[in-house]
Amino acid sequence: MLLQIYEPGQTPLPHENEQGLAVGIDLGTTNTVVALARDQKAEIVRDARGSGLVPSVVAYIDGADPLVGEMARRQLLDRPEIVVSSIKRLMGRGAADLARLGGQLPYELGAAAEGGMARLKIGNRLLTPVEISADILRAVKERAELALGRNVDRAVVTVPAYFDDAARTATRDAARLAGLEVLRLVAEPTAAALAYGLDSKSEGVFAIYDLGGGTFDFSLLRLEKGVFQVLATGGDAALGGDDFDHAVAAKFLAERASQSGDEFSRDEVKQALATARLAKECVSSQDPWEGELMLDAGDSRHSLTRAELEKLIEPLVARTLKIAAGVLEDAGVKPDAIDGTVLVGGSTRVPLVRAKVEEFFGKVPLADINPDEVVAVGAALQAEALTAGSDTLLLDVLPLSLGLETMGGIVEKIVERNTPIPVARGQDFTTYQDGQTAMSFHVVQGEREMADQTRSLARFELDGIPPMVAGAARIRVRFAVDADGLLSVSAEESTTGRQARVEVKPSYGLTEDEMADMLRASIDNAEADMERRLLTEARVEARRAINALEAAFAVDADLLSEAERGSIAAVQETLERAMSQSDRPAIQGAAEALEHGTKFFAERRMDRGIRKALAGRNVAEIGG
Amino acid sequence: MQITPLANESDSARPAAAFGVCWSCRGPVAAASLFCATCKAIQPPQPLDHFARLGLIPGFDIQVPVIDQLYFGFQRQLHPDRFANATPRARQISQSQAVAFNDAYETLKSPLARATYLLALRGLPIDGEGSHTIRDMELLDDQLERREKLHEAPDAAAVEKLAAAARSDAAASLSEVAAAFAAGDLAAARLATLRLKYLDKFADEARNRRALLALKSESA
Repeated sequence: MLLQIYEPGQTPLPHENEQGLAVGIDLGTTNTVVALARDQKAEIVRDARGSGLVPSVVAYIDGADPLVGEMARRQLLDRPEIVVSSIKRLMGRGAADLARLGGQLPYELGAAAEGGMARLKIGNRLLTPVEISADILRAVKERAELALGRNVDRAVVTVPAYFDDAARTATRDAARLAGLEVLRLVAEPTAAALAYGLDSKSEGVFAIYDLGGGTFDFSLLRLEKGVFQVLATGGDAALGGDDFDHAVAAKFLAERASQSGDEFSRDEVKQALATARLAKECVSSQDPWEGELMLDAGDSRHSLTRAELEKLIEPLVARTLKIAAGVLEDAGVKPDAIDGTVLVGGSTRVPLVRAKVEEFFGKVPLADINPDEVVAVGAALQAEALTAGSDTLLLDVLPLSLGLETMGGIVEKIVERNTPIPVARGQDFTTYQDGQTAMSFHVVQGEREMADQTRSLARFELDGIPPMVAGAARIRVRFAVDADGLLSVSAEESTTGRQARVEVKPSYGLTEDEMADMLRASIDNAEADMERRLLTEARVEARRAINALEAAFAVDADLLSEAERGSIAAVQETLERAMSQSDRPAIQGAAEALEHGTKFFAERRMDRGIRKALAGRNVAEIGG
Repeated sequence: MQITPLANESDSARPAAAFGVCWSCRGPVAAASLFCATCKAIQPPQPLDHFARLGLIPGFDIQVPVIDQLYFGFQRQLHPDRFANATPRARQISQSQAVAFNDAYETLKSPLARATYLLALRGLPIDGEGSHTIRDMELLDDQLERREKLHEAPDAAAVEKLAAAARSDAAASLSEVAAAFAAGDLAAARLATLRLKYLDKFADEARNRRALLALKSESA
């Protein structure tokens, strides 16, 4: 029998060649980038013209598949009513949030279920941000499969470090909908640090300044011998290059208003934003810009100089640096103690941003990896690390505090921001009325003291508490955050053991039913997909059982007679044979048979262990 | 070293021993091991105190870089990222191990949290019920006075002055904490730790206050 012993967790999967590739995806506000790493070298998946950026724009043409990328973006000026862009800004947002953003959004909102996820009306369709993001992910998945000639079914997907639980959950759901298993959600600045750190083998404390299309992140990381430890993070999930565009578009529209009134339709606003973006990109490289704003109501001529742009965006840049200063203070790090600053995100191409960051840290920031691609590079490296094994380790933190609303709407923080994840924390509560049999909980995320100023994540109720006098019941609420930064909450009354467990997603996430419906509607082979996943899991479990048995043989084979060894070998062979087929019940049945058929062996091993331990203790007692 | 019996279904029938049953190969596994010596499967965390978990002797005088190195070493082996291809059970165990080590790291890395934890371990908790002394009350008065001054501070500069004073007092308290633990004087360590806790909280409040004043002067 061939005996192979693997390091923990490094056991190769059976049928590895059947598994698809694992890629890294930077699902950005403006562009989405996909990359694949082999032997710690990441390659961006590019189109025929060498571009690695897929615009995060989707066009929904009646009766056709959604159009994603450059083709969709070209529709923006002609048919703005069927085009969606910057959908990332709405990830994890509830219908109420969107109603509040109202006028700023160039979309018509569809009716949403009470407190449910927002839906946008695009052409004739009613779509959630999760579905729209899934269309983008599906397109880049197909693009990667075409370029690599292999099935792609797993991915590390990046999210802004400052994304809250709802937005992270929405991102994970979008990937699932696109037929991708999410190996890990990685914070964008952390992914960028991984790309730089592995490239340059640098050590020390690094500041990652990540200004994308719609989000701003600032993270402080310590790099040391392959460990990437996030010290503190901060940001604004609604601050980015889009806001620069809005400022410029507002200027153009104001100039127009003097000639043609100040009423603009949603589509006109979209067109103005597209022109503003062009003007902004133009003056960042060559100054000044002059051009036409073509709206349905007629054309108008406008100009923009770099000085004008800088005056418009200066307050926005100042806001990013204020956030950076707060993060440094959180971590107790002075700007001059930082070994390097890294620029990430397309918006760091704006000269004013570079100048201000350099001024703040007193040193020239690093930008030698393309700031549009660096996050995808890091994600691909992490995808390889997770599937093929690696010495590098990412230690991330919770970006925003998690808590519960208590009496008077005050938030009791359960897990503070910047706590390393995974983390689990418990807190005890009690009843405040005699005979109280139920207690409701409101889970929130954010730094403010009042619950109505934080993000509402979920509400749940624990009932069946036995009637007692006020203050006698002991209800323990437990928060658990996994390595992806996703929260689950459970509550238990300790005298009865009555439990309530919630996966935190109701407030504006998709319910399990909605998710199941969408999966059915979107993937023809959703069931086959699920079955394949279960089959893989059954094989992994069977492989574990066989490895464990072989390891036990290596130590304790002498506990078995020839005949017993033969009988175990027979059940093992049955399992091996089942694993080479694709009949899941057969694999599970054979695994159970193995478990059953080796029970006596396990018992003998335990007995031997006890005898050894007792003998050891006697020796120790005599010796002592 | 304290030997704790493993919580395992088949364990109750056995004498308290230095080993339990490995969930994967069902053979014996030494109580404190992270991995089964036979089949290499990751083992669930034991109910250890934070010092023992990181392999440290309980005490206040520990260098943070030492804690960092130990913590990194354990996380390299136990973090869920190392188990992306493993069975759901192994993944779940790795998560609870990572949680336990994060908890130990967070507690021991901060001098205030370390002192607070050490005092609780030694049976002298700083916020236990009925344990308040008259000297605690003096500290509370001092805290109230600082807070009053903070709320009267007219501008960010005045707040910063109060914060700087609190910072230097905190540094002095920290030295006292260290000296008291070194001398084995737990009562003194407790009092100095309590002062440190108040000062730390005050620093937080000062920071919030400064942010608020800055906001007001911006909008004015």
